[in-house]
Amino acid sequence: MSKIKIKTLDFNFYYGKFKALTNINMEIETHKVTALIGPSGCGKSTFLRSLNRMNDIIPGTHVEGQVELDGQHIYDKKVDVVDLRRRVGMVFQKSNPFPKSIFENVAYGLRINGERNHGKIAHRVEESLIGAALWDEVKDRLDESAMDLSGGQQQRLCIARALAVKPEVILMDEPASALDPIATQKIEELIFELKKDYTIVIVTHNMQQAARVSDYTAFFYLGELIEFGETDQIFTNPKVKKTEDYVTGRFG
Amino acid sequence: MKIPWKKVQEKIGFMIIRLATVLVVLILAYILYDIFKKGLPVINWEFITAKPRKGMTEGGIWPAIVGTFWVSIVTVIFSVPIGMFAAIYLNEYANKCRIVRIIRLAIRNLSGVPSIVYGLFGFALFTLSLNMGLSVISSGLTLGLLTLPWTVTASEEALKTVPMSYREGALALGATKWQTIRTNVLPYAVPGMLTGTILGLARAAGETAPILFTGVAFFWPILPKFPTVLFQQFMALPYHLFIMSTQHHEIVKVRPIAYGTALVLIVLIVAMNGLAVWIRYRLRKKYKRA
Ligand SMILES: Nc1ncnc2c1ncn2[C@@H]1O[C@H](COP(=O)(O)OP(=O)(O)OP(=O)(O)O)[C@@H](O)[C@H]1O
Ligand SMILES: [Mg+2]
Repeated sequence: MSKIKIKTLDFNFYYGKFKALTNINMEIETHKVTALIGPSGCGKSTFLRSLNRMNDIIPGTHVEGQVELDGQHIYDKKVDVVDLRRRVGMVFQKSNPFPKSIFENVAYGLRINGERNHGKIAHRVEESLIGAALWDEVKDRLDESAMDLSGGQQQRLCIARALAVKPEVILMDEPASALDPIATQKIEELIFELKKDYTIVIVTHNMQQAARVSDYTAFFYLGELIEFGETDQIFTNPKVKKTEDYVTGRFG
Repeated sequence: MKIPWKKVQEKIGFMIIRLATVLVVLILAYILYDIFKKGLPVINWEFITAKPRKGMTEGGIWPAIVGTFWVSIVTVIFSVPIGMFAAIYLNEYANKCRIVRIIRLAIRNLSGVPSIVYGLFGFALFTLSLNMGLSVISSGLTLGLLTLPWTVTASEEALKTVPMSYREGALALGATKWQTIRTNVLPYAVPGMLTGTILGLARAAGETAPILFTGVAFFWPILPKFPTVLFQQFMALPYHLFIMSTQHHEIVKVRPIAYGTALVLIVLIVAMNGLAVWIRYRLRKKYKRA
């Protein structure tokens, strides 16, 4: 039986007066990978960042409609954004390790959430690095600066950092866009592993990638959700002409 | 062969720019040369560590060094925390609205206010209204006001150099705003903040006008222990220099002392600037990202 993790209801998003998302109605299933595709500037990142209210930090933005997480309205006044963001983790398009050691990067989320026990932290750091398929590469140099890792390793470190706080959902904004094919493949395998425990939403510009890793695909165009369905259906039998043009590369 | 007009223009333009630069460097070099030549001979252990004697025609400048030191301490203690917190508020918390822009503009403009105006203001506020009298405290606070625009502006610039992604990364992990600032922004901004603060302090240490009405004394060789020292009048290097070069009754005789004082003051300020440059250099190296 499938269970809905996130649901948006007539969701609109504004940067000042500019309406970046219009009437988005979408359901994201638990323990599935949902891919967001669409041409540049169509609002994929905006949508993704709406799911953990990261857009709140951009001045002058506002939303209409609702986003539900496990049936709870996340834009309600009484919702604690800090708690929401712990439950809905995020991996950014540009990997952004902190200029601290590898260990401290992963431990960061634990420390700010009040964990003091060093043993527990060390255990969780190891678990997270294993989960992000990075452990073997860094286990002997946890004290070295995260800035010295390669791009692909940095991105996996950011994934480990997100895993460490045990979120329920992981949002990924083009996590492999700056990586070579081998590093990309590693990330894709990782996503496949992760969906056993997490609900994943991923933005990608790479059609093959969307087809490979996702169960569901949402096609955005100019701030609207044009088509949403199972990935197979979107790629082999799209209902809307625009979707077909886009996934077959005949766009524009 | 005919040289194209474009090239000639370029040559002339370049010459003018180079001349201007050389001129600036020459003037600075001459001032330094003059001060070193006339100041160095009087500098010795006694000059640094002794009190002035015989109507300030002999002896050293120790009280002025001590006075400048304590005033600077008060300045730092006052302006660094306030400047840092104001900058944190402006850069991290305040909405980017009109009022904040106006406040910021006002702060920047404050740095253009003549120092004598600060002196009068400090006299009215600290010396009279707040009953602090003529003292190290009054002067230090007045200089603190003078350096605040520097501290705030430099701290804000330092905060701006911390990438947005550090903040986003921390917030996305469920950090509160204050946690994010404390653990993932401030540590990387503090060196830059220090740099600006030291530069502001270096300027304050050389100021005469703000301390003129608020506590500096012509001659005050009494050096009580901390905290008493803070509530007394004091001597200070820039003011001592001013007295020695324009107000003394035996102006020609004390000229070497004036040059010696100038040299000590300049060395002090250059050292502070050097420290600021060094901190910035360290900072750059640390954050050079791959
Ligand atoms: N901070 C902002 N302020 C104003 N407008 C913005 C801001 N961020 C994005 N936009 C606008 O919102 C629209 C959607 O942007 P968004 O970043 O969500 O697109 P995207 O689908 O992620 O594009 P890309 O594939 O290039 O990353 C664009 O028109 C963009 O110009
Ligand atoms: Mg984007």
